Amino acid sequence: MKTDTIAAIATAMTNSGIGIIRISGDEAVEVADRIIRLKGNKKLSDCKTHTIHYGFVMEEDVKVDEVMVLLMKGPKSYTREDTVEIDCHGGILVMNRILDLVLKNGARPAEPGEFTKRAFLNGRIDLAQAESVIDVINAKNDFALKASMNQLSGDVSDIIKEIRKKIIHEIAYIESALDDPEHYQMDMYGEELAEKIAPVISKIEHLLVNAENGAILKEGIHTVIVGKPNSGKSSLLNSLVGKERAIVTDIAGTTRDVIEEQIRLNGISLNMIDTAGIRTTDDVVEKIGVDKAKEYVEKADLVIYVVDSSIPLDADDDKIIELLQERNVIILLNKSDLEPVITEKDMLSRLNKRILSVSAKNKDGIDDLERTIEDMFFHGKIQMNDEVYITNTRHKASLQDVKQSLRLVQQSIADGMPEDFYAIDLMNAYEELGKIIGEAVEDDLVNEIFSKFCMGK
Amino acid sequence: MPCIVENYDVCVVGAGHAGCEAALAAARLGMETIMFTVSVDSIALMPCNPNVGGSSKGHLVREIDALGGEMGKNIDKTFIQSKMLNKSKGPAVHSLRAQADKASYTREMRKTLENTEHLTIKQAEVAEIITEGKEDCHIVGIKTVSGGTYYCKAAILCTGTYLHARCLTGEMVMQTGPNGLQSATHLTESLLQHGVEIFRFKTGTPARIDKRSIDFSKMVEQKGDERIVPFSFTTNPEDVQIDQISCWLTYTNEKTHDIIRANLDRSPLYAGVIEGTGPRYCPSIEDKVVKFADKDKHQVFIEPEGLNTNEMYVGGMSSSLPEDVQYQMYRTVPGLENAKIVRNAYAIEYDCINPNQLYPSLEFKHIKGLFSGGQFNGSSGYEEAACQGLIAGINACMEIQGKEPLILDRSEAYIGVLIDDLVTKENHEPYRMMTSRAEYRLLLRQDNADLRLSKKGYEVGLLPKERYDWVVKKEELIAQEMERISKVMIGANQKVQALLESLGSIPLNTGTSLVELIRRPELSYDLLAEIDPQRPKLPEEVCEQVNINVKYEGYISRQIKQVAQFKKLEKKKLPEDFDYTQIHGLRKEAIQKLNVVKPVSIGQASRISGVSPADISVILVYLEQLKYQHKKVEENA
Repeated sequence: MKTDTIAAIATAMTNSGIGIIRISGDEAVEVADRIIRLKGNKKLSDCKTHTIHYGFVMEEDVKVDEVMVLLMKGPKSYTREDTVEIDCHGGILVMNRILDLVLKNGARPAEPGEFTKRAFLNGRIDLAQAESVIDVINAKNDFALKASMNQLSGDVSDIIKEIRKKIIHEIAYIESALDDPEHYQMDMYGEELAEKIAPVISKIEHLLVNAENGAILKEGIHTVIVGKPNSGKSSLLNSLVGKERAIVTDIAGTTRDVIEEQIRLNGISLNMIDTAGIRTTDDVVEKIGVDKAKEYVEKADLVIYVVDSSIPLDADDDKIIELLQERNVIILLNKSDLEPVITEKDMLSRLNKRILSVSAKNKDGIDDLERTIEDMFFHGKIQMNDEVYITNTRHKASLQDVKQSLRLVQQSIADGMPEDFYAIDLMNAYEELGKIIGEAVEDDLVNEIFSKFCMGK
Repeated sequence: MPCIVENYDVCVVGAGHAGCEAALAAARLGMETIMFTVSVDSIALMPCNPNVGGSSKGHLVREIDALGGEMGKNIDKTFIQSKMLNKSKGPAVHSLRAQADKASYTREMRKTLENTEHLTIKQAEVAEIITEGKEDCHIVGIKTVSGGTYYCKAAILCTGTYLHARCLTGEMVMQTGPNGLQSATHLTESLLQHGVEIFRFKTGTPARIDKRSIDFSKMVEQKGDERIVPFSFTTNPEDVQIDQISCWLTYTNEKTHDIIRANLDRSPLYAGVIEGTGPRYCPSIEDKVVKFADKDKHQVFIEPEGLNTNEMYVGGMSSSLPEDVQYQMYRTVPGLENAKIVRNAYAIEYDCINPNQLYPSLEFKHIKGLFSGGQFNGSSGYEEAACQGLIAGINACMEIQGKEPLILDRSEAYIGVLIDDLVTKENHEPYRMMTSRAEYRLLLRQDNADLRLSKKGYEVGLLPKERYDWVVKKEELIAQEMERISKVMIGANQKVQALLESLGSIPLNTGTSLVELIRRPELSYDLLAEIDPQRPKLPEEVCEQVNINVKYEGYISRQIKQVAQFKKLEKKKLPEDFDYTQIHGLRKEAIQKLNVVKPVSIGQASRISGVSPADISVILVYLEQLKYQHKKVEENA
């Protein structure tokens, strides 16, 4: 069967330095030859694979852009089909014009994810790898990227394959013993199996914990700034973000809604949410902001509690402190430029967390804050050595099912059920693991996965 | 030379366990049927083990019975010992096995056949199949060696181990079928001419020993069950509580194994004389000694061949070693020191087909109206043969009547598993049914075969209405009782505590539900009858189902979920005559396999050996694209 030729702009649709138009399919080279005049009038179809060429995209006799053209003949290309990439100048107008030409000359627009879908269909990557491509594309920071790259290289697959092998081995033993009881003993098998399952469950749990971290990596650390009105939350956010984003006034209650910013600290994304100050209020609009703040605190990975150290703690602080007892918190004694009435000691006796003195307005102590956040998340909770991270929610759900099934096997053993019952849940675990690495057949999986892709990938 | 010419609806070739079920099904469904056999005396012959049923095979017999087949009824009439196997394990692997009086089994089946309307029995070797058409090749009849032509609308090949059969005992090779019966030497040629792919398989049987030469005092007696459960759902249990004959257990030892090892070069299998592939799961003693080299003994079961014979079957020691070695070998076994061999053990080689050539209906893909069943399809065992014969017989009629074939899937019956495996997977050895082959075995129990299959048997026309009505009624009774007990609460009173204590169960702290108590491993529905005063009087078979449903509810519901997942893929149908070379991205091996098997669904495709999940995803995507293109075409039109 002939595959049709697809094309799309592979880089972001913004005005940037370089843009890439990607063409893939049986006629990719011909299409390129129709619109590109290479230096020395050579034809791309006569060139060796994996070479780069200089030339011009032409519309009739008019030069559209000066380009570099990459030729990768199948199967040694991402899609395993003949692929041509045109590196052009990155203006939206130019890119669109070149794409138009490509489409007029025999290609059709690619659907989202179609390049990767073809790579998958042509056996270039497995499903887990395909999904990692999405993560790479969507990775918001270096660490998320590394985690995704690990999956792409098959680390997750390797671990899952190993666990699957162990499980299928046990299933096979049970089945053999059922059919040939003379030669396969079942005495004490339950105990034996229980011993083998426990470490597998811990391994799955470990992957699941990493999945939580993986989510943090991918989404960024969910950070919420709280504090009473006018304690300096917005100023803090502004000094971290480096621009005036939140409305900063001296009137208490100015930030009535939540304001979200993403900042990067040493490669880690922080999703900072500035909230309305928390205090008892009758103002309906502000009330909504306060409720939202509470809700955000519940969901936060990290809470930065900003305290105005120039005024005493009051009933509103009591409420905040109550909310924060069980959370990851950094307390900022703000307004260190003013005469303090609250000391670190006072504060710690109420809420025993990390504490720093800063002046958000003068940007004093902001560096300390950044280091503290890094410290907490790099060396504490998240360690980016060679760990494998599950960053995909579908994988995570599967792992949870696997864990549940293995627990049921443990339960069956504990209940003294006959051995043949173990196989039912072991098989579930095996199949579920297969779904993660694409070794179990799922009817609607493929389309679901590729529909999540963006154009040009 | 003038020859006989006759007309029938259905021709059945062979009168073994497959042929008998096929012929009976066809005749009972009103087809004028003729059954050919090389010897009328060998109808329903049991040339190997003297029993019916056993692990997973017992399930098959129950399923045959639920569909309206004969095997279960016939063994109920002729058994001499019965046992429910694996009772210490879960209900899924409980399996009924009965020792048969071989002579009675054959005689009773023959009686049934001879008294079935529309059924003709004919002693003749079938030499050819007659077909018409090239592209739409279809069967029109068969021809016997003597030149007789029998026209028919459908034919069913159940030739067992008779095609080009030869028996081997060491260096001695006999060109015969089992038990020295005449082999069939012509039909293979005719099939090859029709493009049928032929395999060569082998199987074997142990020696038969004179009972008077056996010292049973050195063996362990194996008695039958005290309360006998019949095979057929229609047999009244009270009618089968007979006096039973015992079997005996003894073991091989290192001396036995030494003799075997020393003479392996004289075993046709190891000396390379046998071309056929033997079954791994029904291995000869030579195979066992080689494969399980570290085992110092293997079980040997001494089983009676019948009530009116002294011949005893030596289960577990089938062999193709020479006669003199057999004597040495058997006589090392405790109790067999002075054994006199009545019949030598032998291996048998025969032609069979690659069953991948068949549809799940057991019809040949490229010869319309030609069906096949049994060992001819590459299986092994009486029960495996019988159930295929039944399905082939039914589907031959369905085709003649222009109805949908009866196809059972893997979640409905062991029969479904067996046939799906045969037509889908690669078989390089005789296929034996095993519990482990059934993924959903907790649902496919031998105790609920009637609930699973009676409806199908009735719709096909084999199962009588009264029988079906009872199964419907039984279902209702089960549902009602399940509903009732779900509401029964048990208080922690003295009577309850006393009963629990007497059954070795922990007393109650507080009141609980009856259902909770039934779930305790040491308790059951029946055991708790006295603390459930409102319990209605229900038939034994209803109580059994209620007990199982309650006790294993969690597992059953999880298995039902697995089945739902399975059905999703079975429902995704594939075009019947599809050329897989068209699909871009499939691996070569997958294309080749898919083009042979021509799976009817994505589910079946996923079970083909050599087709990977990635290949399936490629097909799924391709189907999606097809659908997409169709939609576009429709929109444009």
